[in-house]
Amino acid sequence: MNPMLDKLSTLWPEMTLLAGACVCMLAGLSGSAVVRRSPRWIAAVSLLLAGLCVATSSVAEPRHTGAALVGVAGLAVYVKMAIVAVGLLLLLIASQVPDRLRQTQDAEAATGRGGVFDPAGVMRGEFFAFFLLSLCGAMLCAGAEDLVWLFLALELTSLPTYVMVATSRDRAGAQESAVKYFFLGAMAAAVFLYGFALIYGATGSTQYDQIAAFVHAQSASGQALPPLFIVGLVLAVVGVSFKIAAVPMHFYAADVYQGAAGPVTAFLAFVPKTAGFVSLIGLLGPACQANAEQLQPVIWLLWIMAVLSMTVGNTLGLLQHNVKRVLAYSSIAHSGYMLVGLIAAVAAATTPGAVTAGEHLGNGVAALLFYLVAYGLATLGAFAVLGCVTTDQGDEAQTYDDIAGLGQRHPLLGVIMLISVLSLVGLPPMVGFLGKIYLFGSAIQHGYIWLVIIAVLNSAISAVYYLRIIGACYFAKPNDQTQVAVSPAVQLGALVAAVGAVMLGVAGGRLVDAARDAAAPPDAAVVETAPLPDGDAESWSPQWADTSVKW
Amino acid sequence: MMYSPDQLLPLLVLIPLVGGLALSLLPNQVVPAMAFVWTVVTLAVSVVVACLAYQPIDGNPAVTFLSSGDLFFESFIPWVDGFGLSFSFGLDAISLWLVLLTTALMPLVMLGSFSAIKHRVKEYYTWLLLLEAAMIGTFVATDLIFFYICFEFTLVPLFFLIGIFGSTQRLKAAKVFFLYTFTGSMLTFAGVLYVAWFNASQTGLWSFEIAQLARAAQAMSLEQQTWVLLALLAGFAVKVPLFPVHTWLPLAHTEAPTGGSVILAGVLLKLGTYGLLRFALPMTPIATVVYAPTIATFAVVGILYTALICWVQKDVKKLIAYSSVSHLGFCVLGMFALNTIGVSAAVMYMINHGLSTGALFLCIGMIYERFHTREMARMGGLARVMPIWAFFMVFFSLASVGLPGLNGFVGEFLALLGAFMARDVLGVGYAVAAGFGMILAAIYILYMVGKVVFGPVLIPEHDDQHQPPYPSGHTHGKHAHVRDLNAREIMTLTPLAVGCLLLGLFPTPLLSSLKPAVDKLVEPARLVLAGRPHGEATIDEVTTIIFIDPTVQHGHPQDPDAARHGH
Repeated sequence: MNPMLDKLSTLWPEMTLLAGACVCMLAGLSGSAVVRRSPRWIAAVSLLLAGLCVATSSVAEPRHTGAALVGVAGLAVYVKMAIVAVGLLLLLIASQVPDRLRQTQDAEAATGRGGVFDPAGVMRGEFFAFFLLSLCGAMLCAGAEDLVWLFLALELTSLPTYVMVATSRDRAGAQESAVKYFFLGAMAAAVFLYGFALIYGATGSTQYDQIAAFVHAQSASGQALPPLFIVGLVLAVVGVSFKIAAVPMHFYAADVYQGAAGPVTAFLAFVPKTAGFVSLIGLLGPACQANAEQLQPVIWLLWIMAVLSMTVGNTLGLLQHNVKRVLAYSSIAHSGYMLVGLIAAVAAATTPGAVTAGEHLGNGVAALLFYLVAYGLATLGAFAVLGCVTTDQGDEAQTYDDIAGLGQRHPLLGVIMLISVLSLVGLPPMVGFLGKIYLFGSAIQHGYIWLVIIAVLNSAISAVYYLRIIGACYFAKPNDQTQVAVSPAVQLGALVAAVGAVMLGVAGGRLVDAARDAAAPPDAAVVETAPLPDGDAESWSPQWADTSVKW
Repeated sequence: MMYSPDQLLPLLVLIPLVGGLALSLLPNQVVPAMAFVWTVVTLAVSVVVACLAYQPIDGNPAVTFLSSGDLFFESFIPWVDGFGLSFSFGLDAISLWLVLLTTALMPLVMLGSFSAIKHRVKEYYTWLLLLEAAMIGTFVATDLIFFYICFEFTLVPLFFLIGIFGSTQRLKAAKVFFLYTFTGSMLTFAGVLYVAWFNASQTGLWSFEIAQLARAAQAMSLEQQTWVLLALLAGFAVKVPLFPVHTWLPLAHTEAPTGGSVILAGVLLKLGTYGLLRFALPMTPIATVVYAPTIATFAVVGILYTALICWVQKDVKKLIAYSSVSHLGFCVLGMFALNTIGVSAAVMYMINHGLSTGALFLCIGMIYERFHTREMARMGGLARVMPIWAFFMVFFSLASVGLPGLNGFVGEFLALLGAFMARDVLGVGYAVAAGFGMILAAIYILYMVGKVVFGPVLIPEHDDQHQPPYPSGHTHGKHAHVRDLNAREIMTLTPLAVGCLLLGLFPTPLLSSLKPAVDKLVEPARLVLAGRPHGEATIDEVTTIIFIDPTVQHGHPQDPDAARHGH
C-alpha cells in the first residue's frame, strides 16, 4: 500500500478527535439551548471513540528500523491510551469551566429573558473543541516520525491551550497568564524549530530513520558527530523542554498555573508534559545510534536539566504561599524526576550490550511512561479539589488559608487531596512511590547513583511543601471565608483519579507491564551493537557486570 | 493441619487496615469501642500465631517453627512481577515477639485514649488502626519494598495523630518528625535500590526478597558495604534515634497525645533497631564489623549525654522522652556487639522498653488528663492522693531503671555483657562507660519519682477552675477533688505490669526462642570476625550458660572449632 495511506490508517484516533472538535465548535453556536449545552457530551463521546480506535488499532510496523530507544508503534499506543484515559478524567473535572464564566451566564440569562442568543458570548463550543484539538496534538506527537510532523504536532498541542487558559476564568489574571504563556511558548517554538533546522542541515533529512541512519554511519566510521548536529539536538531538546516545564524553560509555569482555572491547570500539567516527553523520546531515538561518548554533551545537558529542575522546582516551591504556584513548582520538579528516567534510557541505548528491552527496572523509557500516568492522576486530583473551593470574592482557592480545614468541611475532597499529595510526595502505597522505584531503579541500574541521591533528597525537600498542603487541609481551623461547591462530575473525576492513584500503587503490575511493552524496541529494530572506542575491551562486557558509579 | 497458618499473617495486617477504614462508616459514639474490639481481635490472631509457632512439628517437642531460626508461615501475594515485587509475609522469633508487643500494646492504647480524645474521634482511631497495620506489616514483611512501604507509611498516621491531637506545639512537632525521618528514609530507599541493583547485576533478575538480597549483598566490597550501611543508618538511626540524630524525638514525644507517645516509644522506635538488625547486620557484615566500634561509640555517648539531659528536665514527659534515647543506646550497643548475647539483649531490650516506657507514658498521660500540666515543679507527693497511680508509676520507673527482677534489668545486663564479651569488636571500655549510663538513669528517674510521687504534697492548680475535672466519691483527706485511677485505667496498666514482671522473672523462654533466629542474623558478621587474626574467645561458653538450652547442656557445651580458635 501507499506509505501515506499506511500512515493515515494509524491516525483514526486523531481523526476522530478532530471531527469531534469540529462538531463541538458548531454545536456551541447553536440557537437551541439543548444543542449548545452538548459539547461536553460530544467531547466525551469522541474521546471514547478515539479510545476504541486506539484499542483496536493494529500495531503497525514502524517505518524506520533504526529506533534505538523504543519502537514507535508501541509507544504511540500506550501514550494515546493514557491520553484518552486521563483526558476523560480531565474532561469530567473541566466540564463546568465554560458555564462558570460570567459572560456565559449573562448570555444564557439574556436568552432566558426572551432575548436572542448571542453565540459570541458563550465559550462552550470553543473550549471543548480546543480541549480535543490539544489532545489530538499530543497523540500526533506520539506517532511522529518526522521533524516537521513533530513541530506541527507540538504546536497543535500548545496553541489551543493558550486559548483555554485565556478563557478559563473571567479574570484579568487569566488573560495575563495566556499572553505570557503564548509569548514564551512562541519563543520556545522558535528555539526548537531552529534546532530542527540545524539537525536537517547536518543530516540532510527531517525523517527519523534517515537521521538515525546518518548517525549510525557516523558512529560506525568512528567519526565524531558533526557539531551542527549536536547543537541542533541541544536546541531541540531545550526548546521542547518548554512543554515539560523543565529548567531553563520553566519560567512561565508558576504564573500560568496561577492564572488558569484549576481544571485547565490540571490539563496543562498533563497534556503538554506528555507531548513534550514523547517528543523528547522521539528526538533522542535517532541520536542514540551514536555511542555514549559521542553523545556526552547531550547526556550532560539532560543531567543538568534534571538536577536543576528538581532542585529549582522544589526549593522555589518552598517559598510559595499560593497552592497553585506550589503545584506549578512541583510540576517542574516532577519533570526533573522524569528526566532522570530519560537519562537512564539514553545511557542504556548508547551503551553497547546494555540490557534495555524487556528488562523491567532498568528501562528508563518505561519508567518515564509509567510516571507520566502516575503524575497525571495525582496532579489532576489536587487541581480538581482546588477548583471546588471558591473564596467570597467568587475567585478560585489560591492560598493555604483558602483550603484551611478542608478535611473537616468536606471529608471526601480532603481525602482526595491527601491521596493526591501523598502520591506526589512518593509515599507508599500510592502510585507515585511505585513510579519512583521505577525511575530511580532505572537510573541506578545504569550507574547514576549520585543522580538518584540528588533525586531522593529532592523528594525529601518536596515533602515540606506537600505537608503544608496536608496541614492546611487537616490541622488548620476551617476557613469560613470560602465556599466548597462540588459538582458530581468533578467529584467523580477526582475520585476516580484518587482511587486510581491508590489502586495502581498496590496493584500496578498491569500498567508496569504495559509501559514495559510500550518501551520495548520492536523485533525488527534490534539495536545493532555500536562499534567500540579503540582498545576499550572492557565495555564489551554486558552492562550488568559494570558496577561503576557515574554521576 | 486442618487450616493453613500461612493465611494468618496477611490477616494480621488486613484486620486493622480494613477495621480502620471501616470505622469511617460507623457513628461516632461506637467508634472507640469498635476500635478497641478490632485491636483485641488482632491481638487474638497474633496469639494464635504465636501458639502455632510454639507447636511441636512432627510430635517432637524440641522441634518447633522457632527452633530452626528460619522464616515460617511464609505466604505471597503477587504485586509487580516485573520488578520482582510481592507482598510476602513471613515470621521468625524476632518478628513474632515484636508483633506480639505491637498487638498487645494497641488495645491498651485504645483503652487509655477513651477519656483523652473528645473531638475528631473517628480520625483518631482510624489513624491508630492504620498505624497498627503498618507496624505489623513492617515486622512480617519479607520483601524489602513491602517492608519499606509499611515503614514509610507509619509516618502518615503519626503525622496526623501529632498534628491534630497534640499539645501546643503540635504543628511544629508533626512536621519536624515527618521531615526528619522522611529525609533519612529516602536515603535508605536509595541504598535499598542500590542493593537490589547489585543483586540484579549478580543474578540477572530483580528481586527484593530480603533473604536473597542479604545473600547477594555480602559479596559487596567494603567500600560498597560502607555506603549501603550509611544509607541504612540514615533511615534507621534517625528512627531509633541514635545520638546525634535524636533531636526530633523529644519534641514529637512531648507534643504527641498519650496514645501517640506510647506507640512512638513502644513500637515505632523499634522499627529503627529492627531495621538495623534485619538489614545492616546480614547485608553489610564487613562494614558492620569495621564500623561497629564507631556506631557503638555513638550509642554510648548517646546513653550518657541524654541521661545527663534527662537529669535537668522540668517536664516529666520530656524526661521520659529523653530517657528513650538513652535506653535505645543500650539496645544499639548490644546489637553492635555482634554476638548472640548482645543481639538477643537488643531484641529483649526492644520489648522491655516498649512495655515499661509505654507504660510510663500512659502514667504521665493520666496525670496530664487530671491536672493539664506535666511540670515537675507544679506537682509533688502524689502518692498520698493517688496511691494506685503512684504504685504503677514507681513500678514502671523501677522496671525502666533496671531493677533486678523486673524486665529492664535482663536486657540491660545482657547488653552490657554482650559488649563486654565482644573483645573482638567492642570490649570492656564500652560496657563500663555504658554502665555509668545505668547509674545516671537511676539518678534521674528516681529523682523524678522522688519529686512527683513522694515528698511534700503539691497538687497542681487546674487551668479552668470552673469545672473540676474529676469530682468523685473517693476522698483522700483534704484533696477530695483528685481522683485516683479508675477501673479502666487500672485495666490499662495492669497487663503491662504483669508483662514486666514475667519477663523479668522468666526471661529464658523468650531468650531461648530468640537464639536460633539471632544466630542466623549474626552469622555473616561472625564469619567476617572469624576471618580476622584475633578470633573470638569464649563467646560460645557464655552463650551456653545464659541460654539454658537443654540440647547444649547435655551435649558438648563447647564448639570444638571455637575452642581451638580461642586457644
